[in-house]
Amino acid sequence: MGSADLTCRLLGLEMKNPIVLASGIIGTSSSLFLRAAQVGVGAVTAKSCSLQPRAGHPNPVALDWGAGVINAIGLTNPGAEEEVHLLAEGRRILEPYGVPLIASIFAGTVEEFGQVAALIAQARPHLLEVNISCPNVADEFGTPFAAVCESAAAVTESVRRAVGKDLPIAVKLAPNVYNIGRIAAAVVEAGADAITAINTMPGMVIDAHARRPVLHNRTGGLSGMAIKPIALRCVAEIAHAVKVPIIGTGGVNTGEDAAEMILAGATAVGVGTAVWYRGVEALGTIAQELGAFMQAEGIRSLDEMRGQAIR
Amino acid sequence: MSTMMQPTYLHRPFTLVSSKMDNYRTRSLTFAEKLDCQPGQYVMAWLPGVGEKPFSIAGDDPLQLMVVDVGPVSHSLHSVAEGQRVWIRGPLGQGYRLVGQRVLLAAGGYGVAPLYYLARKALAAGMSAEVCMGARSAEDVLWAERFQALGVPVRVMTEDGSMGERGLVTKATEAAIAAARPDSLCACGPLGMLEALDRQCEQLGVARQLSWEAHMRCGMGLCGSCELPAPQGEDGSLHRHSCQQPGWLACLDGPVSWKE
Ligand SMILES: Cc1cc2nc3c(=O)[nH]c(=O)nc-3n(C[C@H](O)[C@H](O)[C@H](O)COP(=O)(O)OP(=O)(O)OC[C@H]3O[C@@H](n4cnc5c(N)ncnc54)[C@H](O)[C@@H]3O)c2cc1C
Ligand SMILES: Cc1cc2nc3c(=O)[nH]c(=O)nc-3n(C[C@H](O)[C@H](O)[C@H](O)COP(=O)(O)O)c2cc1C
Ligand code: FES
Repeated sequence: MGSADLTCRLLGLEMKNPIVLASGIIGTSSSLFLRAAQVGVGAVTAKSCSLQPRAGHPNPVALDWGAGVINAIGLTNPGAEEEVHLLAEGRRILEPYGVPLIASIFAGTVEEFGQVAALIAQARPHLLEVNISCPNVADEFGTPFAAVCESAAAVTESVRRAVGKDLPIAVKLAPNVYNIGRIAAAVVEAGADAITAINTMPGMVIDAHARRPVLHNRTGGLSGMAIKPIALRCVAEIAHAVKVPIIGTGGVNTGEDAAEMILAGATAVGVGTAVWYRGVEALGTIAQELGAFMQAEGIRSLDEMRGQAIR
Repeated sequence: MSTMMQPTYLHRPFTLVSSKMDNYRTRSLTFAEKLDCQPGQYVMAWLPGVGEKPFSIAGDDPLQLMVVDVGPVSHSLHSVAEGQRVWIRGPLGQGYRLVGQRVLLAAGGYGVAPLYYLARKALAAGMSAEVCMGARSAEDVLWAERFQALGVPVRVMTEDGSMGERGLVTKATEAAIAAARPDSLCACGPLGMLEALDRQCEQLGVARQLSWEAHMRCGMGLCGSCELPAPQGEDGSLHRHSCQQPGWLACLDGPVSWKE
């Protein structure tokens, strides 16, 4: 019996496996992209960047609270201009490994999303992820863009106008919305080529002895195992609502978790917090485990599995 | 705390039982509780309302830290009164490994903290240890007498010659290596010192374990803030600004690097 085929086609991208390094996890330098490529990741997403540099929040910015991680890094990034150089270098370094590079952007206004996108497009990433869902920033009225169909669509249109037709865009959605399927449909209607879901789930960890929230920012985003069932439900709802590929992300720690994500309808699988639990090597190990799982279950390709759990 | 699960990586309050001035800007803090950890690992010390910063573990049973007053968190740690609490997250990172029979320690500044803990573990494992210390001036030399009390020979180098010999710590390590070849050199101190020791060990063919300082935020290998160029360059130097080497995360892969 031949081994399971892990190759994954995401829009025009050929990936040797469906594992994508999620945005914000070690995506801060080309040498870390290289590290991810060398351990066998399928594609790499850079840390989200904004027009101007951001220092982020003071410590504590992250901790493991027992069933997952909470973070409020505060979207630390060097600003779009610097990010263009980082991405161009990253792309060159990843090339020999056949690992596509996904850029990620965020902004405070619809117009600014377009401005950042136009700048970042100069680096010619393989895909542009539009982060409208970070729980640690919001629009000027305090509402995340990901929460309302109209603003999610407006951001998508702004980015689409800025980058033209050549650069595919994925919009990254938040889990804490009333109907994620409708948001997905709205951004696809507005020109998104793919959906990434989910971003972290807003939460708070309180230290009873200190009698205050642990994070300096008080609230943060939950990731890791605690959010996997939320992510699976969101991916399933999106898969029902739209036909575009989904980068299913949230709580994937093992090859079997990755299989569940694909069974829920994902084309590729984002992995972030597993780096804390299992080291950077997790990015390759999870792909191998997925291959072994498929082999044992007699599943020959990802296409065979995709969406099977929700039909 | 829940009886069902005991997450190790939440902050836990540790009660300060002793806070002693070591020199004009350094204090040793001793807590009531112990910590299950290895020499070379570090903790995040959090003072609610002030901030959270990494500190090397200077002793495990009970937990001991050495804190140099350089900014808001370290300054506030200096003024924590005995009986008050400090919140500890960890242990984090990869520490030193005990290998062979002889270990040579090289310390700069508060680098003595993890190396003192390592010396105690090495002696307990039946190994022999020797320490070389580098400092600007006599008043910056820390814990020399504590190593002596363990029976660990101490070589002190000061830049102004006010204590021990005049010069840099590499002069002492060169002499120590010539006198008795160690199975590994374990060092902790400022960047320039570690780079010089790395070059020296490369030339002399000595295995080394070096503890690097970096700007740590999450301490979990997630945010990328503590990335250092891979400390294992062919020529024994850090690959600064080189993207040809895979990145190295001081918080998760380190702080201690290992090279044969
Ligand atoms: C793995 C690891 C282990 C560490 N172990 C220890 C330890 O055992 N004891 C200890 O005291 N510190 C240790 N540090 C360093 C300590 O975390 C920093 O000094 C920390 O920044 C202090 O926080 P702060 O809020 O007091 O000052 P910050 O506001 O963070 O720093 C104030 C200013 O002082 C500068 N500064 C930082 N360190 C020094 C220094 N050593 N000498 C002079 N200026 C400095 C900073 O660059 C900054 O400009 C360790 C760091 C790491 C990464
Ligand atoms: C420390 C940290 C930083 C993150 N930063 C970003 C970011 O900059 N942009 C973004 O779109 N998502 C960010 N995320 C969210 C992740 O990309 C991912 O959607 C989420 O963590 C769920 O996946 P996981 O459980 O595998 O980590 C971050 C997550 C973590 C833990
Ligand atoms: S401090 Fe965040 S990755 Fe090391």
